[in-house]
Amino acid sequence: MEYFDTFVSILGSAIRLSIPLLFTALAGLFSERAGIFDIGLEGKMLASAFAAACVAYWTGNAWAGLSAGILVAIIFSLLHGFASITNRGNQIVSGVALNFIAAGLTIVLGTAWFNQGGRTGQVPPEGRFSGIVLPGVEMMRDVPIIGPLYANVISGNNILTYIAFLMVPLSWWVLYRTRFGLRLRAVGENPGAVDTAGISVVWLRYRALIVTGFLAGFAGTYLSIAQSAAFINNMSAGKGYIALAALIFAKWKPVPVMFACLLFGFLDAFANFMQGKSLPMIGEVPVQIFQALPYILTCVLLAGFIGIARPPKAGGVPYTKER
Amino acid sequence: MSTASVSLPAWINYGVIPLLNLILAFFFSGLVVWAIGENPFEALNFLIQGALGRGDAIGFTLFYATSFIFTGLSVAVAFHAGLFNIGSEGQAYVGGLGAALVALSLDHYVPWYVTMPFAIVGAALFGAAWAFIPAWLQAKRGSHIVITTIMFNFIGAALMVYLLVNVFIVPGKMAPETRTFLPGGQLPKLDWLMALFGLKLGPAPFNVSFIIALVMCYLVWLLIWRTKLGYEMRTLGISPTAAVYAGIPYVRTVIIAMLISGGLAGMMSLNAVMGASARLQVEFVAGAGFVGIAVSLMGRSHPVGIILAAILFGILYQGGADLSFEMPNITRDMIVVIQGLVIFFAGALEYMLRPAMVRLYQTARGK
Repeated sequence: MEYFDTFVSILGSAIRLSIPLLFTALAGLFSERAGIFDIGLEGKMLASAFAAACVAYWTGNAWAGLSAGILVAIIFSLLHGFASITNRGNQIVSGVALNFIAAGLTIVLGTAWFNQGGRTGQVPPEGRFSGIVLPGVEMMRDVPIIGPLYANVISGNNILTYIAFLMVPLSWWVLYRTRFGLRLRAVGENPGAVDTAGISVVWLRYRALIVTGFLAGFAGTYLSIAQSAAFINNMSAGKGYIALAALIFAKWKPVPVMFACLLFGFLDAFANFMQGKSLPMIGEVPVQIFQALPYILTCVLLAGFIGIARPPKAGGVPYTKER
Repeated sequence: MSTASVSLPAWINYGVIPLLNLILAFFFSGLVVWAIGENPFEALNFLIQGALGRGDAIGFTLFYATSFIFTGLSVAVAFHAGLFNIGSEGQAYVGGLGAALVALSLDHYVPWYVTMPFAIVGAALFGAAWAFIPAWLQAKRGSHIVITTIMFNFIGAALMVYLLVNVFIVPGKMAPETRTFLPGGQLPKLDWLMALFGLKLGPAPFNVSFIIALVMCYLVWLLIWRTKLGYEMRTLGISPTAAVYAGIPYVRTVIIAMLISGGLAGMMSLNAVMGASARLQVEFVAGAGFVGIAVSLMGRSHPVGIILAAILFGILYQGGADLSFEMPNITRDMIVVIQGLVIFFAGALEYMLRPAMVRLYQTARGK
């Protein structure tokens, strides 16, 4: 029973750690399926975390914070679009640049506005997304196995967590069951064909990037005003890249994206739990192994040892309309 | 009509357009400074004074520039072969392991000039080794080199922290770093070079690696424009299909280009590990690998351009540190913003001004 309680607590923390990954990976899904590589997910997450924390601090309203986070992430997305769609620049270079701009600007503005070495002010409780206790927790508590799972893993999360999981079927539906989704996937595989059908490649890709910004805004907001209560320097700490790895690991498909994010979140939670503990037979496992594992797994996948990860065909190539 | 097919003279392509992009980047940086309530011109003045005003300031500027020359060359060599190596950061980090192992094992026995060649080889070998797997994956398995090199940056960081915390740490000390190298494992400062210009180096760690960096610039120029391998790399970079059709071996060329790129990145550690801190520390690369991307873009992947761009970024790094003393409102991270803007305008938006330039050029020539 003691093992089970530990397991439940690791699982709960795995869910919490995988939410920013999930939003970000879904964000990347829309952009990459439309043929725009996005190395800049990390920067979008960071910038929106900062914006959400600032606005939530000033207004004391979590939803205003969320809106600001989404707005800023969309602006970053549009800048990426301006460089890589309108000006046909290199998408990787643009992403790298926007990551730097986000990393620098959040600290420079944060220090100038709040004077706490890059931290924003402490966001008041009403400006944050706090845990929601689902109905029936007390009633279920005594039920073995399901009770603790329900109380500690399913219930007690904030609203953004539930939105994240709702976004998975929604993304699937948009990508695979709507006209927009069909065209979006087509533009990532063969933009020439989409253009021939009389659909604007440029406008379609811009719309995909707006969706990317929208979802990345949730991720940033989650970091700063749901998981913590302020923006801290570089608080995305490479999560954007792990989300990118998860996206590749899931072979650019929405439902596998969710499982990949949960797996990477679980690895993270497990690493936290294992810190300083030793496993029977193996001894103490260095925490760095768990930190590197998502990346190692993704490389093994990319090497073609676990199925084939085939990226969208037109990804990374700027589209030039034939004249 | 389309402007993409019109060719512009080299002085516009390599002179005017990069300069205008740079000015745009600085204009927006100035806006940020202005937005937080400081005078951008005053800030620029502090920055230039702080980077070039005194002997030790110039020494620090050139010290930073040395690192950036190595990483800039690293990115450029891969770029000529059509490969985007984002992994210079990780390759430099692991390269530091090679340099440190050589320094730790030789510094008791021989003077620095005997250690140096071994250290160069060690740093380059370890850097190259860290580039090998992504290169192999790209060449043989078709996985995207950008993604794999990013992953390897993180794997490398985890590996190095593990080694420093568990293997190299000096017993009884808290800081995860190796012991300090004896003078036999250090690269001496270039105070005599500064003295030639009547400047005092002071505490600045400007060292022999600068000369190694310049030699590497020459060798890279030789490689890219004067050897068969360089020709093959450039052909591959312009058109992989044409290269393969012409009988250039794809797998071999990709792997060799990445090994050279990784080796050059690894050599960056000579400057930071053996030239400055005399020990291997956590996170010693401190973003120099990423600055290499900006340097290579600014310098148009040419060694001369890279030297100039590296000095520019050296000025930003050293001047930025001074600026944050003079104007506490502006933190040192302002450099990161400027760096991002330079990459954005000089790299991602490099074609933005081209149509306008073509029109201007054609009007000026009366066409």
